[in-house]
Amino acid sequence: MSDLITGETGDWEVVIGLEIHAQVTTKAKLFSGAPTEFGAEPNTQVSLVDAALPGMLPVINKEVVRQAVRTGLGLGAKINLVSVFDRKNYFYPDLPQGYQISQYQQPIVGEGEVEVELEDGSEKSIGIERLHLEQDAGKSVHDLHPAKTYIDLNRSGVALMEIVSKPDMRSAAEAGAYVRKMRSILRYLGTCDGNMQEGSLRCDCNVSVRRPGEELGTRCEIKNVNSIRFVQQAIDYEARRQVEIVEEGGEIAQETRLFDPNRGETRSMRSKEDAHDYRYFPDPDLLPLEIEQSFVDALAADLPELPDAKKMRFVEQYGLAPHDADQIVEDRETAEFYESLAEGRDAKLAANWLLGELFAALNKSDNTLADSPISADGFGRLLDMISDGTISGRIAKDVFVEMFESGRDAEAIVEEKGLRQVSDTGAIEALVDGVLAENPDKIAEYKGGKDKLFGFFIGQVMKKSQGKANPALVNELMRTRLDG
Amino acid sequence: MADLLDLSLVEARAALDRGETSSVELTQVYIDAIERGAGLNAFITKTPEKALAMAEASDVRIAAGEAGAMEGLPIGIKDLFCTEGVLATAGSHILDGFKPTYESTVTANLWRNGAVMLGKLNMDEFAMGSANVTSYYGPVVNPWRAQDGGNAQLVPGGSSGGSATAVSGRLALAATGTDTGGSIRQPASFTGIVGLKPTYGRCSRWGVVAFASSLDQAGPLTRDVADAALMLGAMAGHDPKDSTSADLAVPDFSAALTGDIRGLRIGVPAEYRMDGMPGEIETLWQKGVQLMREAGAEIVDISLPHTKYALPTYYIIAPAEASSNLARYDGVRFGLRVDGDSLDEMYENTRAEGFGPEVQRRVMIGTYVLSAGYYDAYYVKAQKVRTLIRRDFDQAFETVDAILTPTAPSDAFAIGENEDDPIKMYLNDVFTVPASMAGLPGMSVPVGLSDRGLPLGLQVLAKPFDEATMLRVAGVLEQAADFDAVPAYLGGGT
Repeated sequence: MSDLITGETGDWEVVIGLEIHAQVTTKAKLFSGAPTEFGAEPNTQVSLVDAALPGMLPVINKEVVRQAVRTGLGLGAKINLVSVFDRKNYFYPDLPQGYQISQYQQPIVGEGEVEVELEDGSEKSIGIERLHLEQDAGKSVHDLHPAKTYIDLNRSGVALMEIVSKPDMRSAAEAGAYVRKMRSILRYLGTCDGNMQEGSLRCDCNVSVRRPGEELGTRCEIKNVNSIRFVQQAIDYEARRQVEIVEEGGEIAQETRLFDPNRGETRSMRSKEDAHDYRYFPDPDLLPLEIEQSFVDALAADLPELPDAKKMRFVEQYGLAPHDADQIVEDRETAEFYESLAEGRDAKLAANWLLGELFAALNKSDNTLADSPISADGFGRLLDMISDGTISGRIAKDVFVEMFESGRDAEAIVEEKGLRQVSDTGAIEALVDGVLAENPDKIAEYKGGKDKLFGFFIGQVMKKSQGKANPALVNELMRTRLDG
Repeated sequence: MADLLDLSLVEARAALDRGETSSVELTQVYIDAIERGAGLNAFITKTPEKALAMAEASDVRIAAGEAGAMEGLPIGIKDLFCTEGVLATAGSHILDGFKPTYESTVTANLWRNGAVMLGKLNMDEFAMGSANVTSYYGPVVNPWRAQDGGNAQLVPGGSSGGSATAVSGRLALAATGTDTGGSIRQPASFTGIVGLKPTYGRCSRWGVVAFASSLDQAGPLTRDVADAALMLGAMAGHDPKDSTSADLAVPDFSAALTGDIRGLRIGVPAEYRMDGMPGEIETLWQKGVQLMREAGAEIVDISLPHTKYALPTYYIIAPAEASSNLARYDGVRFGLRVDGDSLDEMYENTRAEGFGPEVQRRVMIGTYVLSAGYYDAYYVKAQKVRTLIRRDFDQAFETVDAILTPTAPSDAFAIGENEDDPIKMYLNDVFTVPASMAGLPGMSVPVGLSDRGLPLGLQVLAKPFDEATMLRVAGVLEQAADFDAVPAYLGGGT
């Protein structure tokens, strides 16, 4: 248990549960036909239902139900054939109905489980408590006018899945790994685009601390954290804050807090006393949502291969190390890129180059695989040139840099710059002889027992060949000359 | 012109088809009648230009042989229905200036069938009331006067009081109403007309300002049973925009009026004989039973054991739903806004000024019964009782085809009466609420006069979606009762 926090008075364990709000990928909202596109002009994606005009009624969007069930299946969770929509009542200007339609006592998806890979390579299973559907609220804009608040209802009524974990996480890193894994699964399923910057995926973090093995402490909920890095920062800050309070003899007040990314700290939003009484009750405008087992079965049969299954296959089929496989399968696009790269090639070489050179270059240029100037096909031809001895691995790295910068083919770069590996024995012999002729003193030293100088000779030959000489041949010929 | 006002919906439809009158002529007669009857305060918004334009279009269709079921018939619309471009108030100050850009499904159905809109009818605020005295636009006056020496203005019942008065006093050929706990049937009884609440789910609730979503149903208020059958057919139908709308074909209700109920089994529930019920109500009920027996029906004594819990349960569930449904009237997007120094103050000012005392009372009751710590004791328990009430009816309908009860426990009372005591006012719905809780169809038919010479109705209930049998029984009851008394105010023609 290296994740314990060491306080003044001993060790503390942090207990974390997460509520992930994932916007369902659909064209229309949960209960209206209005579109859901991000970034539209304010109040242009609002139906009469979303604006809660008198006499308007919600009608469930079947596509959202389909997506929620698929997500539940992807989380290995229990699908509830009967679920109920409830009203969560509170007043706020960006909540036109005066209530949010959500699922309270009978969610569409029950318990499930998610496997996360931790940094030390070990795996941990995080329990899912439930997944339910709910409406998003609109947006209040406070900074356009000194005295007025503007309301944008574009998001009002957008379908969200709230995925509630069990309090199974014990460190910020675990929480980060969990969110990453959840996002990966959602993206594989195509049920949420996982875009945290646009708010498609948001996270409420429930954090408490306790002495290892003791009862759970009082928790605080940090609302609406919108990046994985912030999730980790917020949890770390919050856990330390709570430890300090308890160690100084204080008590944790159960409350809702906000994370301020600029200051890297959480601060109180409202206390338990100020908490709303939401007066949940079943929405009488909607009948209980009933789905057939055959509907669920058909969706289950049609699920794509998910990250865990893909990882296992990559380990078996391509002989990848589990940690490498994990990195490759996190994004569906990466996994697809890898598979077409590895097809008919040295799979490990492909993985090393993908995770090494390409990822490093993408990270450095702040790009994603989708923006990569090098296609899987083009990248593959570079690897082919290494495998068939056309260029050395060393040279390939230079070629790669050039490819990444210019977007040109490996072959063209190699030809233009004359980078083909020299494997002609005569040519290499000439180089070897030249180096030996220039260094009679070093030969004497070598013969005198200074074995390490062998590397020096090889280096000189490679230098003369501008790196193009086939290293294996150079080695062989040098050895014959010196030791033969 | 008094003769045109005498025509029923069905008769007027036939007269139009025969070319004896035109829709424009008929509509103008009603526009004039509305002006003469302004003192009854039945209308909140009159739409005479719209009415005449619709009537002209109807006349064209009639001439072309394309008349719909309600072609050319001028009717009034309870101001709970949203109609495009016309002020919608729900009888409340809080909807000040609200003109919907959309048409409720029920009114759209009526217009598609050719009906002509005279205007929007007064009602209890948000349909909360049994006397039409809670309207921001003032009380509605019942066209009837008691024959007791006094000349007090009487209530028409509620909440569809404007609708009832308009039909009874001949300010409209017929009117739409809505019924949550008796709001069509009780005013029909008070004004001597027919009022029909269909099965929950028969008429779409889309575009109707919500009071209690699990109970609200639209229905017709008409002069007679045949009119009710005609108009219900033109209002009803499945609506994909209302998730609680039933996906069932609409039968030909008029064809159900066979005039023959021989062999039908009609239940008389013992629990509706309540302590303190006026003798004249009991007498009327017995008269109805006797008429049914004479018409060849078999009278069956039945038991609906949970009847006495229906009213208290209703006054938990309806306010609970209302407290949530009325949250959207917050001063932010439409209607009244009364500014304040903070957001909360704006909410408080707007809702305090915008809602009348009865609405505020019910919002508070509803908020209370849903709040933490009380939810199980009130709301959940009430839902359980509701299930038992429904089961009572299910069991009764295993042995009977229809049920006959009084509609209301009294005749119409004076404006101002019962207003100091909400519980007494709520008791008006004691006979209508159980069927509402069970989602059953129910209708009131005028059967006789009280000792004071005021109309009294009996209520016919039937199985879910069996409005046809209900109408058949009501038709025979109407014929047998031969109710021909007329109110003191009748079109104001002479």
